[in-house]
Amino acid sequence: MIGGLFIYNHKGEVLISRVYRDDIGRNAVDAFRVNVIHARQQVRSPVTNIARTSFFHIKRSNIWLAAVTKQNVNAAMVFEFLHKMTDVMAAYFGKVTEENIKNNFVLIYEILDEILDFGYPQNTDTGILKTFITQQGVKSQTKEETSQITSQVTGQIGWRREGIKYRRNELFLDVLESVNLLMSPQGQVLSAHVAGRIVMKSYLSGMPECKFGINDKVLMESKGGKSGQDEGRGGASSTKTSIAIDDCQFHQCVKLSKFETEHSISFIPPDGEFELMRYRTTKDISLPFRIIPLVREVGRQKMEVKIVVKSNFKPSLLAQKVEVRIPTPLNTSGVQVICMKGKAKYKASENAIVWKIKRMGGMKECQLSAEIELLNTNDKRKWTRPPISMNFEVPFAPSGFKVRYLKVFEPKLNYSDHDVIKWVRYIGRSGLYETRC
Amino acid sequence: MPTVKGDGMRGLAVFISDIRNCKSKEAEIKRINKELANIRSKFKGDKTLDGYQKKKYVCKLLFIFLLGHDIDFGHMEAVNLLSSNKYTEKQIGYLFISVLIGANNDLMKLVIQAIRNDLASRNPVHITLALQCVANIGSREMAEGLSVDIPKLLVSGDTIDSVKQSAALTLLRLLRSSPDIIPMGEWTSRIIHLLNDQHMGVVTAAASLIENLVKKNPEEYKGCVSLAVSRLSRIVTSSYTDLQDYTYYFVPAPWLSVKLLRLLQNYPPPEDPAVKTRLTECLETILNKAQEPPKSKKVQHSNAKNAVLFEAINLIIHMDSDPNLLVRACNQLGQFLQHRETNLRYLALESMCLLATSEFSHEAVKKHQETVITALKTERDVSVRQRAVDLLYAMCDRTNAEEIVGEMLEYLESADYSIREEMVLKVAILAEKYAVDYTWYVDVILNLIRIAGDYVSEEVWYRVIQIVINRDDVQGYAAKTVFEALQAPACHENMVKVGGYIMGEFGNLIAGDPRSSPLVQFQLLHSKYHLCSPATRGLLLSTYIKFINLFPEIKHTIQDVLKSDNNMRNSDVELQQRSIEYLQLSSIATADVLATVLEEMPPFPERESSILAKLKKKKPNSVPDGSEQKDQMPKLPTAQMSNSSDSAQPTSINLMSQSKADALVSFEEPPSTITVTTTTTPGVTFAGFPGDTGTSLDDNFGDSLTNLGAGAPESGITLQGFDFGESSTDDFLDQGSPAASGAASASVDLLGLGTPTQTTAPPVGGGDGFLVDMFDTLTTSSPAPATNGMDLGGLTGGAEEAFKKFICKNNGVLFENDLLQIGVKSEYREDLGRVWVFYGNKTSFQLNAFCVDISTPGDLATSLSVQQKPVGGEVEAGAQVKQQFNMACVQEFTDAPILNIQFMYSGAQQKINLKLPVVLSKYITPAEMDSGNFFGRWKALSNPSQESQQIFKASAPIDIETTKSKLLGFNVSVLDNIDPNPENFVSAGVLHTRNQQVGILVRLEPNKQAQMYRLTVRASRDRVAKILCDLLQSQL
Repeated sequence: MIGGLFIYNHKGEVLISRVYRDDIGRNAVDAFRVNVIHARQQVRSPVTNIARTSFFHIKRSNIWLAAVTKQNVNAAMVFEFLHKMTDVMAAYFGKVTEENIKNNFVLIYEILDEILDFGYPQNTDTGILKTFITQQGVKSQTKEETSQITSQVTGQIGWRREGIKYRRNELFLDVLESVNLLMSPQGQVLSAHVAGRIVMKSYLSGMPECKFGINDKVLMESKGGKSGQDEGRGGASSTKTSIAIDDCQFHQCVKLSKFETEHSISFIPPDGEFELMRYRTTKDISLPFRIIPLVREVGRQKMEVKIVVKSNFKPSLLAQKVEVRIPTPLNTSGVQVICMKGKAKYKASENAIVWKIKRMGGMKECQLSAEIELLNTNDKRKWTRPPISMNFEVPFAPSGFKVRYLKVFEPKLNYSDHDVIKWVRYIGRSGLYETRC
Repeated sequence: MPTVKGDGMRGLAVFISDIRNCKSKEAEIKRINKELANIRSKFKGDKTLDGYQKKKYVCKLLFIFLLGHDIDFGHMEAVNLLSSNKYTEKQIGYLFISVLIGANNDLMKLVIQAIRNDLASRNPVHITLALQCVANIGSREMAEGLSVDIPKLLVSGDTIDSVKQSAALTLLRLLRSSPDIIPMGEWTSRIIHLLNDQHMGVVTAAASLIENLVKKNPEEYKGCVSLAVSRLSRIVTSSYTDLQDYTYYFVPAPWLSVKLLRLLQNYPPPEDPAVKTRLTECLETILNKAQEPPKSKKVQHSNAKNAVLFEAINLIIHMDSDPNLLVRACNQLGQFLQHRETNLRYLALESMCLLATSEFSHEAVKKHQETVITALKTERDVSVRQRAVDLLYAMCDRTNAEEIVGEMLEYLESADYSIREEMVLKVAILAEKYAVDYTWYVDVILNLIRIAGDYVSEEVWYRVIQIVINRDDVQGYAAKTVFEALQAPACHENMVKVGGYIMGEFGNLIAGDPRSSPLVQFQLLHSKYHLCSPATRGLLLSTYIKFINLFPEIKHTIQDVLKSDNNMRNSDVELQQRSIEYLQLSSIATADVLATVLEEMPPFPERESSILAKLKKKKPNSVPDGSEQKDQMPKLPTAQMSNSSDSAQPTSINLMSQSKADALVSFEEPPSTITVTTTTTPGVTFAGFPGDTGTSLDDNFGDSLTNLGAGAPESGITLQGFDFGESSTDDFLDQGSPAASGAASASVDLLGLGTPTQTTAPPVGGGDGFLVDMFDTLTTSSPAPATNGMDLGGLTGGAEEAFKKFICKNNGVLFENDLLQIGVKSEYREDLGRVWVFYGNKTSFQLNAFCVDISTPGDLATSLSVQQKPVGGEVEAGAQVKQQFNMACVQEFTDAPILNIQFMYSGAQQKINLKLPVVLSKYITPAEMDSGNFFGRWKALSNPSQESQQIFKASAPIDIETTKSKLLGFNVSVLDNIDPNPENFVSAGVLHTRNQQVGILVRLEPNKQAQMYRLTVRASRDRVAKILCDLLQSQL
């Protein structure tokens, strides 16, 4: 029950203000600006309570989106909605920037009217929204068209309209994972988990029914004998054939009843791009990189840092956009860096040495050493040694997630599973990937 | 200051504009981080920076700091800038130091050195910069370091005016922050001459400084009076055109005038007639000028003029000598009373309040009474009304009291809540002070309670009761008035209190009237009863019992009320007790007794009015004429005063419940036990210090006593305490104490009786000393020196002596110093011993980390099995902690266990090591045998290893009884008719160890002529004889 929704630019000027409920006054707009955007201390919490009113905000580059409520709402729902909102806006006019918002504010109000009703989130699916919120000005639709839209939006399969036709039936499946890690200097894993999403782009004719198979332990074991034999046979060659998914959630098109009874993921996909599934794993994560730090303080004026990065995946694969960020003390007065691979630079504005490696193969090792000069200060506090963080992109799923099959059935039209062209891609990215030093 | 344009610092300008252009906080932080890193590398770099660069970077750091970021470097560079010769560099350096370097910085020494150099320089600009920095920081260290240089500058002939001005103000700042440091030297005498300086700026600065100095030491600067007067007269008489820069809106030097007038207020009126005339002239001129038409319509002009005027009036009031001036001032203020400006009216009222206290102008002030009363009623601002109240209070005297009190009462109904209480007090005081007719007084106070009951403090109604009781002529009137006042449907509780009290005392005076017959009176009061707080109900109950005395005819009605559950079973103990006691009193006592007990209250002794005291406490400066009031006080014929709270409290009945416990005690007190009666709750305190009874070994006895004490009524306890006293004496004798007769027995008696006394006293103080002495005389050992030093054995001083005392006794004080008292109580049964150690905290602080450990040196660990009960970590102030040890004797032993006590007292670790008095003889039980038996055994133990004999000199004169008592304390029997020589002592005992029992035979042969003893001990086990022989020898 969102009471209102505001969009601000970086200065705190209100770009969009939509109030859904009477308990939210106009002063709420200012309260958020004063207490959060203009606060001297940066407000890090995404939820702020000001005078019994809760503000949930997210930030997209310089734009603040804030949802306001006086009630005790489900905070996760509100954030989910805010993210969906940005997705919808991005789908309509590209990047969410101040300029774009100003140019499209009529559209945004129209969207806001549609996706929130008295503060209750409604259908936020872009594909469907686009059927009746168009940017082509006001076009009086024929009676058939309107009735079709109505029946579709209110019908059982609200996310797909009938009569879609493609010459080439094609689908793309992206498995996107982000790995989060915190490691001790000795290499002990303190915490690690993978958050993954499966994004599907479908260009399929008619009303196809899809069946999706993954290597989840529960699903595979419930399949009974056959998969069990699979495991028995393949156990020797590959180390793990199934993974343990801690929790997952599906797009609304997935038939949950079937998932619960038959443990199969079957759905009629929306047209175009959508997020089919989200999941999280914490066990048996193959960490793509390991950092071995060596920090030595030589007297009060100097510090020596040696960092070794080891890649820990198949040599045939290639990691990209590898970046290591080594924090430096606040009283650094000069840095000398030597590295064999990539480029390293001391960025004073961020108080860190940033080491970038464009490409890095599997089972390789790179080294960087730096000498940091320090200035004596009055401050007697010791340096807290923040962790070394890392960014990268690897072409596999660090959780071990595998797509086993995706079958398409369209009984009414004359194409079969074999005619569909399917593409699967795995991308593993770093989330918060840190090593203490 | 040169602008950026002229002096460059482009880098700084760019940096600032960069920051201004930052779109977000993050961008700003990034930019600042970058700049900081840059500056750090520049400061760190090998290249030496020139002054310009240093200045630029220090400036940037300063800017970053002012943006709210921490700066932790660059201080050294800033200090370096101070030694530069360029103005801009020096200026930035001083700026950075004033803003960023705190008083406690390590660099302060360097800074002070640099400042000193600058002060000594010839360039006035440098001196001024340095002075400004000192004035900005003004730390103690600076005051110490520069206390010579600055005064020198101030009085030196060749410093220029602006520097003098700065120096004076800087010195003032240092004087304010650390007044004790600045040395008074030769300069002090010259400083007053600065008032004569040509430059007005210097004079103004110096006037402030001199005023501060004068406040501290008026005598030394007395000379400044005439200087100030002449300077003032020059200013006052000058036209506004004379003083060019120092004329402010046509007023010549207003600030300096005000300062000079203030300065003069520190001294009495000048004695020199010439000076005095001149000052009077000045003041008159100022007053004259106030009459002149304003030269400007601007508010600044009138403000400046009035500031001087009011300061002049303050001075006139302060001098309080010239009636003419006072009256003129008063008239001037009278004009202001109707001025449009609220501030002026406020100031006029305030000053007039002071004028009213002067005998010369009192009458003049009274002329404005009407105006003031109007002000009170019509003023919009509450603070002005407050002043009006103050003034009315101050101007009130016998002639206008009735009118003023009437007006104030009238106004009270609509007065602001914030000033009501004060007004109530003032009305009460005025009414009392100037009352001619006390019926008027009673009316006023009752009105007061009616109008502003909530604001009438206890003092006020105590006071009215005191006065009514002390004055016979108003009692009847008062009773009638309160009776009428109480008939109002809603009465304030204070009214009920006053009514209840007065009718209880004087209800009989109006009982004749059928409209206020006793029953009516009672019913009227009782109708209010249920609406009142417990305290008031208590008062009303007292009134009821007084009614019983006054009007016997309504006794039953009142008794019914007292009997009601509402009273007899009230949850409030006080009410319950009162109703029960009053009921009993009324039903048991005869009319005569009742009449005596419930007699009318005697008049209160005369004392200063407590209301006045309260007003003074509330507003220390709002009672301006304390002395005058004191003068007038004795003139009041009958205003008997008493310091209310306890004497005038409604505890008017002599037999009050509070004193009941004492009364009961005195009734039931057994005639012989003088000491017992002083106990308050002996059971409880006894449990706190059971260790020194010297007798009852059974700890349970103490506990049971405590239980009794908790359960029994108070009177029971005293009796119980007495019983204990007796029984303990008995016990003591039963124990077979050697002190069976003569003087010793008397001392035992004393001890027995003294025990309860001891228990009531806290475990510190004289009582204990008494006890220790008692034991000392018994054991004839020297008193233990209570030092805390350690002797060779690692024991705390005195431990060894204390230990020896305990060989023949079980209980007493083992150790005592300023912090701690340690008592021991022990009990032995065959081979088992139980020792309680009591740690008493003598300080008024908690002892922390209190820990006790027991160590058994040498082979003692195997011969004595020790079990220790833990003791808590803290000992509260004045509290006592008990620890129990169980000691089982496994085999014979020589050493005693060592008690290690550690605790924290006021942050310092304290250590006490004591020998716990557990010796082998404690495990002996006496044995009785006849002569044949004894000698049979004696002969059987003829083996040399079984015998130990010593011949030694007696440590004290040989006395049969003492020696006998020692032997008994040693736990062996004393057998008569065994040895042929009756002088000799023969004793026997059995030593119990866990492993076996050892027979002990002792023979002690004193030689009185030589003062020698021959001691022979035989024991059935090797070593035992030797150990016991040594032990016993140490006691003789």
